Amino acid sequence: MSPSTPIAVEFRSVTFSRNQRPLVSNLNFPIYQGEALILLGRSGSGKTTTMKLINRLFIPTAGEVLFNEIPTTEWDEIKLRRRIGYVIQETGLFPHFTVERNVGLVPILERWKPKQIKGRVYELLNIVGLDPKKFAGRYPHELSGGQRQRVGVARALAADPPVLLMDEPFGALDPITRLELQQEFRRLQQELGKTVVFVTHDIQEALVLASRIGLMYGGELIFLGTTQEFMRSPHPESQAFLECLPYLKYSL
Amino acid sequence: MKDFFLIKYAPEILEHTLEHLFLVGVAISIAILIGIPLGIWITRQTHFRQPVLAIANIFQTIPSLALFGLLIPVPIIGGIGTVPAIVALTVYSLLPIIRNTYTGITGVDPAIREAGWGMGMTDRQLLFQVEIPLAMTVILAGVRVATVIAIGIATIAAAIGAGGLGVFVFRGISVVNNQLILAGAVPSAIIALVADLAIGWMEQKIKVKS
Repeated sequence: MSPSTPIAVEFRSVTFSRNQRPLVSNLNFPIYQGEALILLGRSGSGKTTTMKLINRLFIPTAGEVLFNEIPTTEWDEIKLRRRIGYVIQETGLFPHFTVERNVGLVPILERWKPKQIKGRVYELLNIVGLDPKKFAGRYPHELSGGQRQRVGVARALAADPPVLLMDEPFGALDPITRLELQQEFRRLQQELGKTVVFVTHDIQEALVLASRIGLMYGGELIFLGTTQEFMRSPHPESQAFLECLPYLKYSL
Repeated sequence: MKDFFLIKYAPEILEHTLEHLFLVGVAISIAILIGIPLGIWITRQTHFRQPVLAIANIFQTIPSLALFGLLIPVPIIGGIGTVPAIVALTVYSLLPIIRNTYTGITGVDPAIREAGWGMGMTDRQLLFQVEIPLAMTVILAGVRVATVIAIGIATIAAAIGAGGLGVFVFRGISVVNNQLILAGAVPSAIIALVADLAIGWMEQKIKVKS
């Protein structure tokens, strides 16, 4: 990213503690518009916490998170969250809503006209590769894991938010479906030019999707850079993750 | 055949069944109107959860005959007749309704709640569009338990002159006539079973698959 690229979200000396124990500490980094920043780390390293600081599900104990140059604490939380798409592991769909109503959730909350909502839902289902005629009326339990995740992405995109937060969205999928969705999502992200913050513990997934990788360890961001830089990073935690890619030793 | 108790007392059974249904119907309706909002409220104001559930619990442990007796000297809501009977039945019905409302709503998958917040739903929108619909089967199960209990306890309301099927039971006890006791007990049991099945059927109807 060139320095002139506008910044979508910025962390300034952010610490978040719970019961006096810091879950993340001293985070300082910008997220540029249009990039796909992958937060990589083990379970409990603070990556999900970092993400939730962006849409104000958590409020920094110290420091501030800027969204569009305004601290999240000064935003109306509802307005802030409606400008940030949110996708979590497959359970996030509302089981008592049809696919159409799930995807149309934010437009309905924003009181769009019914016709406009329907048009948008159909458009989005097409974008994520689900035939609207076939899927609009179904309930989440009638979908496969991969289809549910597509609906989740469509729902997050519904009101066209500039930023998407994704918390291990493909974690529960079988490896083949996962790769398929990763590749499609990467294409989609580049086409739509969304800023994406993506949390994963899967190094392979990080390499497929990343513009930049942020490596988290013990609540701190210990590395931030491009994929190429990550591959050369001497930090033991980076090395530990790269060790998980045995075939790379041969192919690179 | 004419001496069979259900036939012999048929007109009276009908009359007391209607009284019985009236007592239970009014009491459960009031208990729902108080219990569900109270159950929702303690999911939001968590420090009131303990005291509210404790008080409802204590009500539940008072022996029913004693509660009817205790209400006799109380002004307005007490005395004898229909009003104190409805008050007592309402008090007994509160606990299962409050507790199940609370359990149902706090039992909604945290991921679903978080998805709702994350997408910018207000607390009210989340409550009415997501939490209550998903908790509805559990809330109904509470109403079902409360109803079945209230139908049973309502037979004791006859002791304070509120009528109902208990009239037969008390009369039967005092004149040592089992047929009279059964004329009250059997219809009461049938009402309880039917109510149980009917609310159970409603639960199935609105169950959300996941």
